[in-house]
Amino acid sequence: MTSRRSPIVRHALGLAVALAALIGSPSGSQAREWNEVLAEARGQTVYFNAWAGDPQTNAFIAWVGEEAEERFGVEVEHVKLTDTAEAVARVLAEKSAGRDQGGSVDLVWINGANFLAMRQQDLLFGPFAQDLPNWRYVDTTNKPSNVIDFTVPTEGYESPWHMAQIVYVYDSARIAAYDLPRSMPAMLEWVKENPGRLTHPTVRDFLGATFLKQALYELAPDPAVLQEPATDATFAATVEPLWAWYDALRPHLWRGGREFPANGPAQRQLMSDGEIELYAAFNPAEAAVAIRLGTLPRTARVYVPDGGTIGNTSFVAIPYNAAHKEAAMVVADFLLSPEVQARAQDPEQLGNFTVLDLAKLDPAQQALFERPADAVAVPTNQEMGSMLLEPHPSWMTRIVEAWEQRYLP
Amino acid sequence: MLRLAPAITLSLLLIPLLAGLIGTILPAFGYLEAIGGTALGLDGWRVLFAAPGIERAVWLTLASGLLATLLSLLLAAGFCAAMAERPAFPRLRSALALLLASPPSTMALGFAFLVMPSGWLVRLVSPWLTGWDRPPVGLATVQDPLGLSFVAGLLLKEVPYLVLMTMAASAQVPVARTMAAACALGQPPALAWVKTVFPQIYPQIRLPVFAVMAFSLSAVDVAMILAPGQPPPLAVIATRWFADADLQRYFPAAAAAVLQLVIVLGAILVWRLAEIPLGWLGRRWIERGGTSPVAAFVVRRAADLAALLVGLGLLALAAMGVWSIAGIWRFPDLLPAEWRFGLWLREGGPVLATAGTTAIIGIASAALALVLALACLENEARGGGRPATRSLWLLYLPLLVPQIGFLFGVQVALIRLDLDGTLVAVVWVHAIFVVPYVFLSLADPFRALDRRQIAAAAALGAGPCRIFLAVKLPILLRPILIAAAVGFAVSVGQYLPTLFAGAGRIVTLTTEAVTLAGGADRRLVGMLAVLQASLPLAGYGLALAAPALLYRNRRDLAR
Repeated sequence: MTSRRSPIVRHALGLAVALAALIGSPSGSQAREWNEVLAEARGQTVYFNAWAGDPQTNAFIAWVGEEAEERFGVEVEHVKLTDTAEAVARVLAEKSAGRDQGGSVDLVWINGANFLAMRQQDLLFGPFAQDLPNWRYVDTTNKPSNVIDFTVPTEGYESPWHMAQIVYVYDSARIAAYDLPRSMPAMLEWVKENPGRLTHPTVRDFLGATFLKQALYELAPDPAVLQEPATDATFAATVEPLWAWYDALRPHLWRGGREFPANGPAQRQLMSDGEIELYAAFNPAEAAVAIRLGTLPRTARVYVPDGGTIGNTSFVAIPYNAAHKEAAMVVADFLLSPEVQARAQDPEQLGNFTVLDLAKLDPAQQALFERPADAVAVPTNQEMGSMLLEPHPSWMTRIVEAWEQRYLP
Repeated sequence: MLRLAPAITLSLLLIPLLAGLIGTILPAFGYLEAIGGTALGLDGWRVLFAAPGIERAVWLTLASGLLATLLSLLLAAGFCAAMAERPAFPRLRSALALLLASPPSTMALGFAFLVMPSGWLVRLVSPWLTGWDRPPVGLATVQDPLGLSFVAGLLLKEVPYLVLMTMAASAQVPVARTMAAACALGQPPALAWVKTVFPQIYPQIRLPVFAVMAFSLSAVDVAMILAPGQPPPLAVIATRWFADADLQRYFPAAAAAVLQLVIVLGAILVWRLAEIPLGWLGRRWIERGGTSPVAAFVVRRAADLAALLVGLGLLALAAMGVWSIAGIWRFPDLLPAEWRFGLWLREGGPVLATAGTTAIIGIASAALALVLALACLENEARGGGRPATRSLWLLYLPLLVPQIGFLFGVQVALIRLDLDGTLVAVVWVHAIFVVPYVFLSLADPFRALDRRQIAAAAALGAGPCRIFLAVKLPILLRPILIAAAVGFAVSVGQYLPTLFAGAGRIVTLTTEAVTLAGGADRRLVGMLAVLQASLPLAGYGLALAAPALLYRNRRDLAR
């Protein structure tokens, strides 16, 4: 957490030449020997730029840092972001100042629009993901979001880290399971009866935008168009029912739909304060984690509505000018190791579902992923229902813009 | 060397300021090579003015900023007037110091919890009085559309600051004689102060008032916590756009920063112009004499409000302390159902490390500021150039320019120098804001030194350096330490400068607290806020205790 002086380490000439060769080489043709990468990485510090809105994830990153230091001699500094775009902006600022080497961002937690922006601006190093030793365990068939990020092929420019899927959190002591709204139209009826007890994060937050996309999935005449880039024509036709629904919903939201919490986890505090009774979270283990921390009562539970919910994969990527690319790759690979994946999936830690294909693991590794018998409030795979693919990033951008045009005074 | 002190100090402050302004103004008009901005144009401005909610954002900025400035001046004046006749008020001074030492974001976080619908004040009267066993719906007490809670959060910091500045300025005015004359003419003490002392003091606190105005119109951290968010004030919009995923947002972000600059400078100008007719009216009113019952009533209520504010401020600090050791704490419980110290144990290590970083930056920037201020003052005392009073507004400049108006440019410049994200950069950028406060805090005591002691030392053959080290510094130990504590407190409270100069890598308690302000766990925020407030307090405590310890054997220096 603390920052040490980090004078920008100028690469030794030899390394610079090696790097130039690597970057200049046709993609993936001559992946460096992993041992070489490990040797280079030792003693480097990785500035891991990651959204820091969630204390559990921050603690997990801190643990990853301790382990990486011990095993690979790689230090991890978590650069805490309120929005991933800050890191994108920083890499851009460096490019504008002509710093094409020794950049300050080594690794960034990213997906969706930010990934697309960095790819389009040529701000990413790669392809590297397929060269990671643990890539062989990644599930690329049943979990398509591991290689297709918001409909954009990753092409090895980012490496998966964990899965996320929308769930709704409620207090089973206050709402009976049969009273839960299991669709977006039902959500409207529910909030009319419980005015002020529902909110969503501000649409500028990824979860706030995802709440709207989730509604769009359920209300759009033809959800298939969401997999294509939005055009003026498809957008107008598709979002019309969404705004009709939202117009009716908004006056009944928390604070009359005039203010919204800053991010997803902020809703947890509102639930704890008793201001809201229902909220969307991106982590199936949200309730389990909050119970363990004492922020939500032991009766908190999660559920997934009937039509399934949007899910996606979180990735890590390396900027083109990262000062410590080798160490960044080592950390990306370490995040894919069965041990780390299992720890991330443990509801005692994060409860984030793994990106690995358990069938590819040996029995000892598989055993790591077994659910603790006493896990409370963690949904089963069956309860998680079906996972809907993220729409193309252009939908999110347009929805957020249109929302602001419509609803900002 | 010493003669260069003022030049070095001013260039340390003003070079980044100018470079930052240029580096912000150019992109506002379309020039930022890195993202293809090579032609000058007005596209950034077009995007800015076409942004949804922008009129309201500007209106909110102006309304809340000007209201906060007017109220803080009124309340501070009321407070000082009440000191003349209400015995309780002088006793509130130590509480004022407590609020002054706490970073703005700490106060804002605590205040938010006090007044929110599920907050402490509602819990105090629920459910026994209100019948609420759930927080009321539709009660907008934080982030209210009019920005009133934002204004109150600003006042928590600004009223103590202006009261302190007014007291400091009182030293230059024959208060006792003026008051005696006014009271002899039949004025009650509070009104006597308002009619005769305040007009003499006002010209001296004009710059602090402008600093308050600049802060009110452009505070980002307090606004993020207390101001409405749909849309937020302009400074928050600019900050957000600078960090937008869409890189083309840089142009409108820079335009918003420049607009912020124009608003602040315009407001200062308008205020200065409004002083002329108001001053004339005020003089007519004072010359008319009489008892002025309405004015007496207003002054009294302003003093009451100021006292209420101090009380709320203390409660806000207490609230964060309670949260940091709370277990389950649900509405409408006044106190947590269980206490948990686990957070301090679990998060203690990393958070203390962050506190360490914060302290190092604070100590370094305060020390730097102290050296520069002492060098300038000593240079002035030795007749090296005009007294700095005349170039005081230059020193004040960093406090009058909104931070968002130049920090982006500073960041780009730091990247070019390969300094971004280093402690050196953060200390330097903090110093831009710390030096003015340290200098102001130290200037009066230094200039008020008893010349006879210096003459005596010179007569005994001591040279200027020895006089400085052996006579001036020991006599000035207390003001020096207090100035250092002031500088340290200012540094601890910096949010945007740390964010921009630290490239996000340098984490302090303040950046951490603001990042987590709307977060999942108020207990963690409470813990950060407690440390955020206790660092400067420890600084003040040391400053007050040290002379007595160091000078145990010299009674007159230990005071």
